[in-house]
Amino acid sequence: MRTEIRIGGFGGQGVILAGIILGKAASIFDKNEAVQTQSYGPEARGGASKCEVVVSDAVIDYPKVQRPDILVAMSNEALIKYIVDLKDGATLIVDPGTTDIEDVREFIDEHNIKVFNAPATKTANDEIGLKIVANIVMVGAITKITGIISKDAAIESIKSSVPKGTEEKNIKAFEAGYNLV
Amino acid sequence: MSDGNKFTPYMRKDRLPHIFCPGCGNGTIMSAFLKAMEKAEMDFENIAMVSGIGCSSRIPGYMDCDSLHTTHGRALSFATGLKTANKDLDVVVFTGDGDCASIGGNHLIHAARRNINLTVICINNNIYGMTGGQISPTSPKGSYGTTAPYGNQDNPFNLAELVAAAGATYSARWTTIQIESLVMAIKDGLKNPGFSFIEVVTQCPTYYGRKNKLRTPTAMAVTLKMNTVFKDAASRMRQKDLEGKIVVGEFANTQKAEFTENIERISEEKFGKKTLINSAYEEEL
Amino acid sequence: MSEELFIQGNEACAKGAIRAGCRFFAGYPITPSTEVAETLARELPKVGGSFVQMEDEIASAGAIIGGSWGGTKSMTATSGPGLSLMQENIGYAFITETPIVVVDVQRGSPSTGQPTMAAQGDMMQARWGSHGDYEPIALSPSSVQEFFDFTVKAFNLAEEYRVPVFVMADEVVGHMREKIVIDDDIEIVPRKMPESKEDFLPFKNIENGTNPMPSFGQGFNIHVTGLTHDERGYPDTNNPDTHDALVQRLCDKVLNNTDKICSVKSKYCDDADTIIISYGAPVRSVIEAARKARAEGNKVGYIKLDTPWPFPEKQVLDLAADASNIVVVEMNLGQMYYEVNRVLRRDANVHLVGKIGGLMPTPDEILSKINKLGGK
Repeated sequence: MRTEIRIGGFGGQGVILAGIILGKAASIFDKNEAVQTQSYGPEARGGASKCEVVVSDAVIDYPKVQRPDILVAMSNEALIKYIVDLKDGATLIVDPGTTDIEDVREFIDEHNIKVFNAPATKTANDEIGLKIVANIVMVGAITKITGIISKDAAIESIKSSVPKGTEEKNIKAFEAGYNLV
Repeated sequence: MSDGNKFTPYMRKDRLPHIFCPGCGNGTIMSAFLKAMEKAEMDFENIAMVSGIGCSSRIPGYMDCDSLHTTHGRALSFATGLKTANKDLDVVVFTGDGDCASIGGNHLIHAARRNINLTVICINNNIYGMTGGQISPTSPKGSYGTTAPYGNQDNPFNLAELVAAAGATYSARWTTIQIESLVMAIKDGLKNPGFSFIEVVTQCPTYYGRKNKLRTPTAMAVTLKMNTVFKDAASRMRQKDLEGKIVVGEFANTQKAEFTENIERISEEKFGKKTLINSAYEEEL
Repeated sequence: MSEELFIQGNEACAKGAIRAGCRFFAGYPITPSTEVAETLARELPKVGGSFVQMEDEIASAGAIIGGSWGGTKSMTATSGPGLSLMQENIGYAFITETPIVVVDVQRGSPSTGQPTMAAQGDMMQARWGSHGDYEPIALSPSSVQEFFDFTVKAFNLAEEYRVPVFVMADEVVGHMREKIVIDDDIEIVPRKMPESKEDFLPFKNIENGTNPMPSFGQGFNIHVTGLTHDERGYPDTNNPDTHDALVQRLCDKVLNNTDKICSVKSKYCDDADTIIISYGAPVRSVIEAARKARAEGNKVGYIKLDTPWPFPEKQVLDLAADASNIVVVEMNLGQMYYEVNRVLRRDANVHLVGKIGGLMPTPDEILSKINKLGGK
């Protein structure tokens, strides 16, 4: 089955790395198929940032996300901009610290969107003491909520994707996110 | 050319006679180069020549060594690749004022900036000869060419100074009149383990001479000689008095880390690897 | 033991180059190809190779030709504006029979256009960009795996035929990440050194067209020139026969080997009413569109051009001769479309889905075009 995931936030939050970790976990460690794409351009420098991953048990031909099954919003701008593409009954994961779910309440109700709160930024700050690992906290939450990748694959993928020497902190961040929901 | 010439063994005899005009300075410069090469005790077998387009760029075609006659202005780019791929080669570039200062000006300053170990002999005849007498970036102000029928209004480049300023570790200018100094400069350039630039101001009786009332090689030679000012003397002259003069001497002679050595040093220090040579012929690396 | 990686297309290209034996890269930063240069800047020093950031793309093309004559497999990577600048030197590489690989990660154009968006507007630039008659080889990858594989293949073809080879990628394939598998056992074609220096003619008019190639410094003392040259390499510019023999041989050595060079992949073509022809990233939408069409009972097949150049005439004619409709899908307003028309000689039934703007065509966009055509 093909699952389309979009992660949106602002530049610097590491949403691209979060997507790469998901894609690598799915394809290399879970032995599924995955394609990761992202938007390039001026918005990659501080403005809005978007990363997309398609995960499937079959070969992925069309590589881009059109109607996400899962939207992860790490900024309110991304939430408002991308929610309209969601499929009916899709999963929405938001960081309540950086988004306001009330702004999209109407769409959520109309389209039967399943909403999960994952306070990734606050958890990164409070539990890890490092705001920059909010993306990894979010990977933990995504793994737990969606089951799109296995926990073992996620951990292996994180270990092989983050800078050497930071593995421990990042795994801790992942576990914190995994235990959020 | 008689077989008696001592430099004949360095020539591709099956390519002679050459295409240069009577009175052209190219022959003098070829001879000066070969003399300098012998004085520098270079292994001719290890020399590879690169050139662009223009009269001077035809020189490597007459030399019996590996020679790459490239596109207009780009000789230094090709030479950069050749030297980087095989830094054991002694790479010599023959170029002209139009080739290296006009269309190839950017490559000239960047090759100098990199201090890549090339010896560049720029034959500056102040005009485009191959295409029939158009002005070049070194044509003196007021001189005539087919594209400056009312006299050149542009200021010329001082190439040897430009290249020195761009970072070359050796830069000199001589004319075809100061043969011994030219030979010594080419020798020093060949021995310098960095970017070496030897500008040779030369006569083009066919085009520059004809357009500028200097029709005979002798008239051109006399003019070159009359206009020559040694660098030391020039430093004591006023700018106004130096207009139209050819200042000769050395403009850079220093040492800096060389480009291909830097590449190999990083490979060696960080990864214990020497730069591979002739790797294209290997199936497994 | 094979290696599995989840990497970007541009990184896969760089890894393919190193696997193929490339030990010299010269380039100039340009979006969306820059990651090829960045990866090679990092990786080449590890394997005894050299990376040079040149002052522009003209210099980059010149440097890799010099590097190739220096005895090192050499490559550059660029995008449309850079490819335009390289064209004079690419022509030089053709006439001097210098093996080089030129990677073009295509973006929206003309001019500066859309640096971060995808397009396939340089296909004719790869075919005809330099002046004069020559026969280029171009490969178009549709996946990250193919970007690796085709870069290796490009080096092999460049050495086999002593020609520049283009890898015509696009921003989609260059920037997306997928899993690739790098096998231990990959065929690599090394350069052939001439056997003897005695009476060696570097540009001999031989039967199969491709002479062995010495490198500089081996004592062959050869002259290499962009001027029309005789078998010795000496300029011979006013003799019509010399020019005819040289340029004819340069073209023939590719054209006489199209059976070995040209490659297509196809599916569902046997009974197809409609055949879609595509290359590069859009192929992925084409495959999905064809599958959906089949599921709905429509007889749709597709041909993927691995090698847009030389155009696989024979394969396309064999596969598409009986189809009622041909649909060419590409990210430009019609480039290979005209080539397909030329080969099939039936303008009325060749249709174009030419998508510009920077996004690849979706499967639905292709399907809607097919559904409007009507079958037999």
